[in-house]
Parts: sequence; C-alpha cells; structure tokens
Amino acid sequence: MKKIQDCKVLGVKNLNDDTYILELTTPETPEIIAAGNFAEIKVDHTPDVFLRRPLSIFDVDYTNKKISFFIKITGKGTALLKEAELEQNINIIYPLGNSFKPEANGNALVIGGGSGIAPLLLLANELKIKKSEITFLLGGRKNTDIHLFKEFEKYGTVLITTEDGSLGEKGRVTDHSIFNSINGFTKIYTCGPNPMMKAVGEIASANDIPCEVSLENMMACGFGACLCCVTETHEGNKCVCTEGPVFNVNDLKW
Amino acid sequence: MVDLKVKVHELEFKNPVTTASGTFGFGEEFEEFIDLNRLGGIFVKGLTLHNREGNPYPRMAETPSGMLNAVGLQNKGIDYFINNIYPRIKEYDTEIIPNVNGSTVEDYIEVTERINEIEDINAIELNISCPNVKEGGMSFGISCPSAIAVTEAVREVYDKTLIVKLSPNVTDICEIAKAVEGAGADSISLINTLLGMAIDPHTRKPILSTLTGGLSGPAVKPVAIRMVWQVYNAVKVPIIGMGGIMNAEDTIEFMLAGSSAIQVGTANFIDPEVSIKIIDGITSYMGKYKIDSVSDLIGAMDVEELY
Ligand SMILES: Cc1cc2nc3c(=O)[nH]c(=O)nc-3n(C[C@H](O)[C@H](O)[C@H](O)COP(=O)(O)OP(=O)(O)OC[C@H]3O[C@@H](n4cnc5c(N)ncnc54)[C@H](O)[C@@H]3O)c2cc1C
Ligand SMILES: Cc1cc2nc3c(=O)[nH]c(=O)nc-3n(C[C@H](O)[C@H](O)[C@H](O)COP(=O)(O)O)c2cc1C
Ligand code: FES
Repeated sequence: MKKIQDCKVLGVKNLNDDTYILELTTPETPEIIAAGNFAEIKVDHTPDVFLRRPLSIFDVDYTNKKISFFIKITGKGTALLKEAELEQNINIIYPLGNSFKPEANGNALVIGGGSGIAPLLLLANELKIKKSEITFLLGGRKNTDIHLFKEFEKYGTVLITTEDGSLGEKGRVTDHSIFNSINGFTKIYTCGPNPMMKAVGEIASANDIPCEVSLENMMACGFGACLCCVTETHEGNKCVCTEGPVFNVNDLKW
Repeated sequence: MVDLKVKVHELEFKNPVTTASGTFGFGEEFEEFIDLNRLGGIFVKGLTLHNREGNPYPRMAETPSGMLNAVGLQNKGIDYFINNIYPRIKEYDTEIIPNVNGSTVEDYIEVTERINEIEDINAIELNISCPNVKEGGMSFGISCPSAIAVTEAVREVYDKTLIVKLSPNVTDICEIAKAVEGAGADSISLINTLLGMAIDPHTRKPILSTLTGGLSGPAVKPVAIRMVWQVYNAVKVPIIGMGGIMNAEDTIEFMLAGSSAIQVGTANFIDPEVSIKIIDGITSYMGKYKIDSVSDLIGAMDVEELY
C-alpha cells in the first residue's frame, strides 16, 4: 500500500563530498519493500526544487522502523537534502514502482555504477535468501567513487573498475575481464547511468543472458499520474514509475 | 453546515474542487491516497479518437515554482477509455468529465459522439488549447474562427454541458472567450499551460524533446487569476478556473476572480492529498468569515473603496 508519511531524520552519513546516506524513522512499521522500489521525497524550502525527488530505497529495518537512501549529489535537491537536520520531518511517498525479480538458485552478476548501487544491497539480500551465488561489479571514475565495498562483500565476490585505474581494473565496467567468460552467469541485474546499462544490456543480449535494468528517468509525480517518465518499449511508451523502474532489457527500445 | 455546492450550467458539483486533466490520470492513480468520492469532479486525461504515444522522452522540465511538460496527449484512444477504463471509474460518486481532443474538427465530433452514448457522463471539456501537439490542439484555440468552428461543430452533436478549455497563449483572452460563448459553450475553463522553453546551459541542448512545452504550477497563477477576472467580466457563462492552485487560499482567490469551480493540476504531483485538503480548507475559511454558501464567493472580489 502506498503511503504518504512524514519521517524524522535520524542521520546523514557522509561517504565522501558528493555521496551520503540519509536515514529516516518511519512513523509506523515500514511498508514491505522489494529491491528496486523507490520513494518520492519532498525537499522543502525553495521554489527552485518544486517537485519531489525520486530515490531508490537503499535499506529498510522493519523492527526499528528505519528506511534509508543512498544519494549522490547531482543538483539542487540532492544537495539540500544533505543539509537535513536531525529530527526534521521529511515527507515521503512510498513504496513506488516495481522491483527486480531475483532468480532462485542462480548465478547472478550484479552491476552498479554511480548512484545506481542504491537498490543493489536489498537485491543482494533477496538473492541470498533465494540461494543464488552473487558476483558484484562496481564501476566509478576513481577510487573514491566506489562505496560500500565491505557491505557488498558480505554477499559475494566484489569486482571493481575505475576509469583512472586507481582501484580495480582500469576502464569502464564493460571493459572488465569478467566479460571474457560470462556464460556461467544465469542472470544480470544492473542499475546506473544509461550508457553503462545500455552497454551491459548489449553484452547480456549477445550472450543470451537474461538482464534486468533499473531506469532513472526524470519524473514529475512518481505514481502514474503525469505520463512524463516514459521509456520506449516494443509495446509502446511505458511509465518508468509504475511499469518500471526495472525492465527486462529485451523489452526496451533504446 | 456550510453549503459547498456550486452549479456550472446544468452540472451540480458537490463542491467547487475538481482535478485538472492530465494531472490526475483517470483518478484511480489516487485511490490509495484519497477518498475520490469527496471530489466535486475529475477531469480525466486528454482523450483522442485513436491511440497516441505522445512525444518522445524527455517530456518534463522543472522550472522555478513550476514545470514544463510536453506529454503530447498520450492515451489509448476513446474506445479503450469507454470499454476498459470508464467501467472501473464510473462507480465513484463524483462527476467524471472527459477531456476531448482532436487534430481535426471531425476528430472532435467523433470523440464527442462516442462519449455522448454514455448516460452517466454529464459534461465534456473540449480542449482547444494543448500546446504539445503538432496538429490541432492549441491551433484551434488561438484564433476566433477556428475556436468558433470546433465549438459549433461539437455543440451540434452534444446536448449536455459543454465546457471549452482556453489557451492563455493569446493576445486577447476575452475575444476568444466571447467567441466560444457565442458558438454555444455552456462554460469556459482556463487556463491551459503557457507555452515555454528551457535550455540546459551546460550541454546547450533543449531539455524537452519538443523544444517547447507547457508551463504549469504556481509560476502561472497570477496570469491565470488575471485571465479569469477578465473573462468573468466579458462573458455570462460560468467559469472553471485553474493555474497554479496549491491550497485553499489560492482556490478562494480564483473564486473571487470569478470562477464557479476550480481544477487542481500540478499540485497533485507534489501532494496527492491536496485536493481533499483544499475542500477542508474552504470549509474552515467559510466558517471563519461566516459565509453560508460557497457560491457567494464567485466574482466577489471587493473593488469598492480601493486604497
Ligand atoms: C526511480 C529512480 C530512482 C533513483 N534512485 C536514486 C538513488 O537511489 N540515489 C540517487 O542519488 N539518485 C537516484 N535517482 C536520481 C535522482 O532522482 C536525481 O539525481 C535527482 O532527482 C536530481 O535532483 P537534484 O535536484 O539534485 O538535481 P537537479 O538540480 O534537478 O538536476 C541536476 C542535473 O541532473 C539532471 N537530472 C535530474 N534528475 C535526473 C534524473 N532522474 N536522471 C538523470 N538526470 C537527472 C538534470 O537534468 C540536471 O542536469 C533516481 C531516479 C529515479 C527516477
Ligand atoms: C503533465 C501535464 C499534462 C497535462 N495534460 C493535459 C491534457 O491532457 N488536457 C488538458 O486539457 N490539459 C492538460 N494539462 C493542463 C492542465 O490541465 C492545467 O490546465 C494546467 O496544468 C494549469 O493548471 P496547474 O498549474 O494547476 O497545473 C496538463 C498539464 C500537465 C502538467
Ligand atoms: S512520473 Fe508521473 S507518470 Fe511517471
């Protein structure tokens, strides 16, 4: 059930200059969250940030009524949210969108870039419950862009690429040597910048590996009312906020 | 108990708060958030004769206190609405009002004729003001002869309440308003979005795939209030006002300027409960100022003893 709720700020944890984790306390036990679900967050105070901001749910703690977001500053709204004060109320609408369909007993390749790693820890947890093996491939421009290495390591092998070579293999994620032999993987899950997901999708299709991508189209509402967020599919335009954000890569026309 | 009922031609709204076409889906999208039965009415997403995919993404740009959209009337066509959507939403105890669009006068007539077959739909809103389609849309609403032609043609095939929605992208709004009133409109709704544009200074590219789009939200409110006031003084038919309404006070402002009812648009995206909050807010306002009937507010701006 979708809820509109005022949540109290529990903390802002800085991971580096432009990336942080925002933790909120929900007034009631959080709604059930599946990996890929997102929330629309109201950033108050300024006419410049008029609309809500869509953010993937990074983590949820049902017992302690906590919900958190992994946020990369890309503009005004994400910068303002970082200044949120303890105990301040932040209004969210959640849970929104569909979710990843984690495979049981599979061998998963989970690829994240930039803020796209946000839904991947919840996904890892679901994959683990379903007894899938997991290999993570995380990409960034430089070593400080790679976050939460230790958290991912709890669920599987973590591979890294950086464009400047300061950590892991040098290059983009799709340059990683793992792609020399990926036929052992039974499914690929990815979230990150569109060019990265497109490149991953092409490799997946070429190797006949099922692949899910989570899109980050610009949204005005987040719950199917405005039709602003569409992506072109083989069945016409679909709303990323209600029929996505997670799509089977073969359904997309990009 | 305060009396919230308002009349727009033969339509009786249980209160003046309705939701604007294109910003409220088909109502269902809000079912988990609010009690839709409390609304005066729901103007559903713009409908065309055939399926339309709308414009390519990106279709939206945020702007100060507002947004530009270039959705371009994406919808599955009138038959899909009648067969698949209407049966689900007709049970709501509120006026469901289709927003009728076309590329040609014939399109408008055909869509209207199909809707006319539905007994429980008491009104249509003729959209001659969509700025986001290449053919038809706003081009009908920015010149008197074409606005008259389409209104007269639809009037001929439609006996129930005919609301014509005007574009603010004109030099003289009163001229168009008088023209559609003369052509048989029972009510006028305004304003549709203002034609606007946004460019990304870093990439030097336009933000919208269509370059231009329609501006909505509080940024347009003063323009909308002014136009409602001008039209109120130019025509006799009731007016349904909209443009940037965010709360009950904005609504009162629109009513004082001459609106018999209002539509809440972009505000629904930010607060899906806003329409209900507005109804409650109007009730408190009436209590505070001891107003028995909300219709006493229509056009009641006090211009005596200015300063
Ligand atoms: C379903 C979904 C889930 C998301 N999850 C996360 C997440 O978990 N963590 C996270 O950090 N970000 C996430 N994003 C992206 C996030 O919503 C945007 O970065 C944010 O809205 C930007 O707001 P801003 O005010 O900071 O930037 P603005 O000042 O609005 O814009 C700054 C720049 O970013 C661009 N931009 C704005 N919104 C988007 C967008 N949605 N996609 C691409 N470019 C955009 C603008 O064109 C502009 O160039 C998600 C987006 C979606 C749709
Ligand atoms: C995303 C979006 C889609 C819209 N679609 C339609 C439409 O299909 N038909 C129509 O007559 N008006 C449409 N409009 C215009 C609104 O109904 C309304 O006239 C306008 O947004 C001004 O009101 P507001 O500032 O309260 O949003 C749309 C507006 C938005 C923002
Ligand atoms: S963002 Fe409004 S429909 Fe998807």
